[in-house]
Amino acid sequence: MSQLIFEKSVPGRRAANLPRLTPAERDVKLRIPKKYFRATEAPLPELSELEVVRHFLSLSHKNFCVDGNFYPLGSCTMKYNAKVCERVAALDGFSALHPLLPQLRGGGMLTQGALQVLHETERMLCEIVGMDAFSLQPLAGAHGELTGMMLIAAYHRDRGHRKTKVIIPEAAHGTNPSSAAIAGYTVINIPTGADGGLDMAAYEAAMDDGVAAVMLTCPNTLGLFEAKIRRIADIAHDHDALLYYDGANLNALLGRCRLGDLGFDVVHVNLHKTFGTPHGSGGPGAGPVGVKATLIPYLPTSVVIKRDDGTYALEYDRPKSIGYVAPFYGNFGVILRAYAYLLLLGRTGLRRVSENAVINANYVQTRLKAYYDLPYDRRCMHECVLSASRQAVRGVGAADIAKALIEHGIHPPTIYFPLVVKEALMIEPTETESRQQLDRFIEVMIEIAELAEKHPEQFQNLPRTTPVSRLDEVKAVRDTRFTA
Amino acid sequence: MPFVANTDADRAQMLKVIGVQNVDELFDDIPPEARIQSLNLPEGLSEAEVYDHLHRLSHRNAHNLICFLGGGFYDHFIPACVDELAGRAEFYTAYTPYQPEASQGSLQAIFEYQSAICRITEMEVANASLYDGGTALYEAAMMALRITGRRKILLDSGVNPIYRNMLYCYTTNLAVAFEEIDTRHGQSDRSQIAARLDDATAAVILQNPNFFGAVDDFTDIIAMAHERGCLAIVSVYPISLGLLKTPGSMGADIVTGEGQSLGLPLSFGGPYLGFMATRREYVRKMPGRLVGLTVDAQGRRGFVLTLQAREQHIRREKAVSNICSNEALCALRALIYLAWLGRQGFREVASICAQKAEYAKTRLSAVPGVTVLKTAPTFNEFTLELPCSAVDVVSRLIDKGFAPGFPLGRYYRGMDNYLLVAVTEKRTREEIGLFAEALAGVL
Amino acid sequence: MIPADRYYTKDHEWVKLDGTAAIVGITDHAQQALGDVTFVELPAVGKRVGAGESVAVIESVKAASDVFSPLAGTVAAVNTALSTTPEKVNEAPYDEGWICRLKDCDLEGLKNLMNAEQYGRYLQES
Repeated sequence: MSQLIFEKSVPGRRAANLPRLTPAERDVKLRIPKKYFRATEAPLPELSELEVVRHFLSLSHKNFCVDGNFYPLGSCTMKYNAKVCERVAALDGFSALHPLLPQLRGGGMLTQGALQVLHETERMLCEIVGMDAFSLQPLAGAHGELTGMMLIAAYHRDRGHRKTKVIIPEAAHGTNPSSAAIAGYTVINIPTGADGGLDMAAYEAAMDDGVAAVMLTCPNTLGLFEAKIRRIADIAHDHDALLYYDGANLNALLGRCRLGDLGFDVVHVNLHKTFGTPHGSGGPGAGPVGVKATLIPYLPTSVVIKRDDGTYALEYDRPKSIGYVAPFYGNFGVILRAYAYLLLLGRTGLRRVSENAVINANYVQTRLKAYYDLPYDRRCMHECVLSASRQAVRGVGAADIAKALIEHGIHPPTIYFPLVVKEALMIEPTETESRQQLDRFIEVMIEIAELAEKHPEQFQNLPRTTPVSRLDEVKAVRDTRFTA
Repeated sequence: MPFVANTDADRAQMLKVIGVQNVDELFDDIPPEARIQSLNLPEGLSEAEVYDHLHRLSHRNAHNLICFLGGGFYDHFIPACVDELAGRAEFYTAYTPYQPEASQGSLQAIFEYQSAICRITEMEVANASLYDGGTALYEAAMMALRITGRRKILLDSGVNPIYRNMLYCYTTNLAVAFEEIDTRHGQSDRSQIAARLDDATAAVILQNPNFFGAVDDFTDIIAMAHERGCLAIVSVYPISLGLLKTPGSMGADIVTGEGQSLGLPLSFGGPYLGFMATRREYVRKMPGRLVGLTVDAQGRRGFVLTLQAREQHIRREKAVSNICSNEALCALRALIYLAWLGRQGFREVASICAQKAEYAKTRLSAVPGVTVLKTAPTFNEFTLELPCSAVDVVSRLIDKGFAPGFPLGRYYRGMDNYLLVAVTEKRTREEIGLFAEALAGVL
Repeated sequence: MIPADRYYTKDHEWVKLDGTAAIVGITDHAQQALGDVTFVELPAVGKRVGAGESVAVIESVKAASDVFSPLAGTVAAVNTALSTTPEKVNEAPYDEGWICRLKDCDLEGLKNLMNAEQYGRYLQES
């Protein structure tokens, strides 16, 4: 049974080995009146360093991770995280750099290396997606979406437009409508059409001059390229609505498609998905936002510029900027890893990413469609969406299939999303998985399908060999225990 | 071709299974005018070349200046085991723990982190993390608006100016009004606050220690706020909680702050760690992920993401916040750091910082022309009044190898001669002495 | 069994009338679709709602659903028992699992609602 670190605490044990005060430092009297002190010490646990290490090592053994397990989570792009990127991020010249240095006079000259990383990353992202400028400030994908919505709002406000609505596909990731709502917009949801793309009739009916923007993911959350994208863009632009691209699925298009030429005005990319930075069990990520030239004036302050003499500087005097969405220049440590990744891959490597990602997903789809329902029988891109509805008739739903995969040491695909597909299984292998690994996954999935046919009752006890079996999520909500 | 495992033979075989002649067919849907023939980027480099390049770039940064610069982000000591443990692939290459049976490691770590934040702040429930101290403060403000249904917020100008800028940025399109309480290098002005608190006020936002380093006890202000049905939001520097009175014991309703000083490197601005804690009664109004305790089918203890019905993937446009990825790995680092410090060490590191800062004050005030402001007690950061422009003094001290502090005139009108100086446990007595001598030399 | 003594909406709410007063809840079909109910966000007494406007939110582990008021009216009372035992919505959706009482209802809205037989057919068709 797992022990909390607090339960391992023994009074008097300590790991901390801190610098000792010299007599001169110890002998000065603190001038803080007693009333400003805390009454009792914070009850943090008391362990030796070895006990601390053992505790976290034992926790680590209870996790699936990309380095250990096939992890085909759709829309998450669980690709391999290059170890050299970790070494680079640990370089003292980056990790020990204080963010306020450039705000001292001449301070930009103290951080030329870091500013170069930011500037070159920005230029490369512009080239890759076909935008004119990027802000690296947003600290996650959803944060990039919110920033994008705020840029769009600034654009319209500057032109005296009165726009209150944003159009979003029903199949979109939940961060899309929530970001739009938080930016102050009313969300209009458009259903999915019979072909798996946007329902064009509903879209055209919903479009009017009150629409500020249309948010799209392409390929969409079904893994399908939005075939009518040019028409969608034209209709939006005819009404002075901007077209926003959610970059969650960019892995399908790297090096193949220039988003600016498809008609997108604002784009966010996820460094922790497409650009290989680690997911960290839920962050840190980074969600840089790219824009066409008309939106450059509104970008968050500050902006990294390259002067004629080749040095880099931060530009603060931007009167139309929306301001600060982050305290400094973005999640620099994450950006640094992505920069290294981009340098490693280069022109050809980036194109090979989308090729192999799309081949891998189509291979899985082709081989599994005899065993699982395929709601939209057309070629997918970097991820495929199957349905467990055939198995659900026997009492085995997507969640049960997920638990069976865990029992086999495979992390499940995304389940129950997008909502438009019943018992959805969204599978994104990514380009870093080999055909052999895919074959193994396919074999296990076929085995599971057969088990669902013959012995559906066996799923209830899965997973069996994990540290815990199925957890009572209702009890968690009812008990509301969030602290030790 | 780095990281792609499939060979040409693999690909050929797979294309046959899929039923296409060549891979370009799989991209037929892309309109011709948007197709890229070739990216205008250099070819990929080898691992050695990439590392060398970044190594050289890292040396074009002045990271070796002796650091007395704070302003909300501090040069604290990070023990080796934080990097070792958080650097384990099982933690950093895992995803958000949506499949709890496959992620008990991450889930238990987040549960322990939530508990640790509650213990240092003396609050009842904490979330799994937000992006940084500034976005955490913004989320707290939104929470207060939601809970009270009111639209006005009092904002103490002793709150980090960067965070105040962020609050204004996020609320540009929203119907919320901020009123700033003018605080200049001392404690918060009670009479101003009393005059401005009213039935239309959702919350008052305070910071401890404030940007000038002033330490305070907000119990009286918070009582005033509660009398008028307003909430109290306190942004706090976590290391200071090793010694100082907690926002929980002052009666704060929502506590936020920047967790960078808990085992995260300065890293030129990120990734950082926004923490948030509140009262149990407000837990459903709190943004961010939450890990809860439960049992499995055999009655064994386990952890799950819970109260997800508040979040964007379920509530969509009605969600409490849009946050999805947060700073989970940074929260893990903070937990490991606090576990390594332990009960004694947490108090000790705060005490060391305070003593060293007090020592630095004696050395610096001995420099002719320099005055240490005494308008309020301070923890490890304090304000110096100089006989000339702080910006000039800073420039000259940089040339002598110091990051001497932050010139307050950059954010506060009329404070051009004031310098904010921070001292952490990493500053040796020698460094403090050299700093004082260098300062004397440039004045 | 669909109680015959009340009216139904397409979103699976029921309303039982008593003059211009009414009780509102969700149907058995709705509680099954939601799964185990873990929390009910009840409205403030005195709140005015329009027909089709959200009057409460029911949370389960995986979902949060709005309860749309079948008729326009003013909230007169809420089922406070649901704060401690939200599972009543699952166990007795037509009785103890009631959500709120309305007063001064606009009965014009009845023409947009279904009776038990119509609701039964509606369930079979979808």
